[in-house]
Amino acid sequence: MIPEIGQFALALALVLALVQSVLPIVGAARGNKLWMQSAWATSLGLVLFVGTAFAALIRSFIVSDFTVANVAENSNSLQPLFFKIAAAWGSHEGSLVLWVLILTIFGLSVSLFGTNIPAALRARTLSVQAWIVVGFLSFLLLTSNPFDRLIPPPADGSDLNPLLQDIGIIIHPPLLYLGYVGFSIVFSFAVAALIEGRVDEAWARWVRPWTLAAWTSLTAGIALGSWWAYYELGWGGWWFWDPVENVSFMPWLLGTALLHSAIVTEKRGAFKSWTILLAILTFSLSLLGTFIVRSGILTSVHAFAVDPARGIYMLGLLAIAIGGSLALYAWRAPDMEGGGLFAPISREAGLLINNILLTVATGIVLFGTLYPLFLEAVTGDKISVGAPFFNAGFIPVMLPLVLLTGIGPFLSWKRADLMGVGQRLKAIAVVSTLIALGIWYLTTGGPALAILALGIAVWLLLTTLKEWGLRIKLFKAPFAESLRRLRSLPRASHGMTLAHAGLAIAMFGFIGSSAWKTEQIVFVTPGVSVSIAGFDVTFEGTQRVQGPNYVADRGTLTVTRDGAPVTTMYPERRFYPVTRTGTTESAIRETLAGDLYATISVPASDGAAERAWTLRILYEPLVSFIWIGATMLLLGGLMSLSDRRLRVGAPRRKARAPANATPAE
Amino acid sequence: MKRILFFLPVLLVVLTGGFLLWGLDADRNPSAIPSVLISQPVPQFDLPPVEGLGLPGFGSVELEQAGEVVLVNVFASWCVPCRAEHAVLTRMVRETGVVLMGLNYKDKPADITAWLDNLGNPYDRVGSDLDGRAGIEWGISGVPETFIIGADGLVLYRYVGPIIGPKAEAEFLTALEQAQQAQAEAEAGV
Repeated sequence: MIPEIGQFALALALVLALVQSVLPIVGAARGNKLWMQSAWATSLGLVLFVGTAFAALIRSFIVSDFTVANVAENSNSLQPLFFKIAAAWGSHEGSLVLWVLILTIFGLSVSLFGTNIPAALRARTLSVQAWIVVGFLSFLLLTSNPFDRLIPPPADGSDLNPLLQDIGIIIHPPLLYLGYVGFSIVFSFAVAALIEGRVDEAWARWVRPWTLAAWTSLTAGIALGSWWAYYELGWGGWWFWDPVENVSFMPWLLGTALLHSAIVTEKRGAFKSWTILLAILTFSLSLLGTFIVRSGILTSVHAFAVDPARGIYMLGLLAIAIGGSLALYAWRAPDMEGGGLFAPISREAGLLINNILLTVATGIVLFGTLYPLFLEAVTGDKISVGAPFFNAGFIPVMLPLVLLTGIGPFLSWKRADLMGVGQRLKAIAVVSTLIALGIWYLTTGGPALAILALGIAVWLLLTTLKEWGLRIKLFKAPFAESLRRLRSLPRASHGMTLAHAGLAIAMFGFIGSSAWKTEQIVFVTPGVSVSIAGFDVTFEGTQRVQGPNYVADRGTLTVTRDGAPVTTMYPERRFYPVTRTGTTESAIRETLAGDLYATISVPASDGAAERAWTLRILYEPLVSFIWIGATMLLLGGLMSLSDRRLRVGAPRRKARAPANATPAE
Repeated sequence: MKRILFFLPVLLVVLTGGFLLWGLDADRNPSAIPSVLISQPVPQFDLPPVEGLGLPGFGSVELEQAGEVVLVNVFASWCVPCRAEHAVLTRMVRETGVVLMGLNYKDKPADITAWLDNLGNPYDRVGSDLDGRAGIEWGISGVPETFIIGADGLVLYRYVGPIIGPKAEAEFLTALEQAQQAQAEAEAGV
């Protein structure tokens, strides 16, 4: 009964979404206030109905209702309750319900918090948002029904993939979806503005908080996924340039560009059509990501179960959403240029280069991700594009960007004084170079690129701190004065400082753990010792451990340094009888200086001695800085988001404009 | 003129969409890896016989000088699907009379002898690849795999995984018949 209620709720939500697709936008065109305001009620109804469906699905998982095919395929009665609930979004169908739920929640929040937005723009935005909801709800109901029954029901379900039975990967999809789907609002705003034919500073100001919210969630989602891959997959890496990682990274890169170009549109009225294009493309890349993960078009470790009908339906959705919005763009955008002029050296120009570099970087990742498909279609050859391509293409674009990120905040709007900025940053340039040279000396000819990159990261950190120091007159004025300035500085400013410094700190982690990683792989029997990065690691043996739904061989490793005990590590090899799969649980000793990372696995070769294990130990310098830096990026986003300028003030001025302005054609 | 530039994004998207549509073809498996050996001579290798089995081993020379289409089956006693595939191969040899050579991959001689004694032996020759070196030369991705080798020692076809089920058997037999037909035509031509 409950699953049927869920399915019925989804069908009702589809009807509501159809209403919201039409009424508000027609109301906006005709100046009918009542029709425009209907979006409030329908967006609330959408959240309630999709929420009901999601609750029904979760309930089916909690009570292990194996008559529901989705439950039987993705959970098991032995699973802990927490994982049963999480299994609700572990499958294609369930995660899609969550996707749509977030989509409707964003729609409702525009209704709730967007009261300062002109009624017509809000109505159009909510209608466009409803078009997306219609697309995904019909996809859900027609091709991927999460409530399909299974008659007769099996005695017990098959398990959720054990790799996914982990706290990190359970929060990862919802955060990622918050990011992906958050950009849908920005997209809807852009399409509504194109329909209206008007983009101004106020528009950019309304869009910015949504962009920030989506970007912040996506940052958290990607960082969490990366962290999960690091400690759970047992490879000791945190980024693999896998297609599915790339498709979550591309909206992030382009969303970062959008964040910065929206500033220019907001402050100076320039880059209007460019900001609109970025808004459309960022969400388009999110859609492309959803498509690639769910269509099985590329090989990846992440893919869901594949069904060609779903792929075709989704591609149709993409064609309408992306093709339609870009065609609208080609038609309407040429009329909306204009805005502030600026000199070649100015804040605007700096942000323009930032945008160009970020877009090029996105293009490189997109090309590398789809290249195997292009090549196979044209020549029939099968290849995979891996880290060497991405590193060679991506890093040379990002390093100049980071260099520029250090300078950008010092440039003033319209026209900047490069000499003056040079004077201020001279000392930092010298210090950064000295530190890079110092590292070069210490590591005696380590990889040149890594040392250069470290120098640039130091540069970014110092320039960011200096800019912040100048703003609050740190050490230049009495401390009380600095403190007063610190308080009165807009939160968006602190947000920028945090995010830029976070990027610098994360870079230390990226560079350290890539360039100076050391690794040992050995066969071990109890008593065997391995030396790595100054540590002596002794394998003491393994013992059988029983978990809730698995059995594990737990290894014991004693770690000493110069004879003094440091720690004991317990890497595990787990076996899940229900799915008949094994996982590797790595043991990690984390310190700021670097992580010691150990995994064990059953020896691959039959020739190895009895009771021997394959022990893999890595030493990854500075890797923790990645998580610290990512957290700072996240906090920077949240800090900016809490800036009251984004919520009150400027939009009121625009409220004087007629609410139903006719499109400026 | 400038307006045309604004159409660039939508054009790029249409182009990419075309590729994506092509990629959705249900018969396309993005994970399938084509063998680099197809239409190439068999790799250089020479395998000793399995101790105590009483069958000769084989190597590149035997395949090049076979004078007829030959099957090479990679198998092992520890491989469960091989046990299921064994019956199919036995029937295929009985019905078509094709020569079957076994590449015994990383197996103990005593185990494989017992396994063949127990199930019956469809193989004409069995080479013992104890250390897996020949397996590397052949580029196998797992056990079992079956290759069709032409009379002149060219690799004509590769089947990854067990040949089990009507669809797999039909696919494999079609490839085998084509190979034998091509061989017959070549001989008639001479």
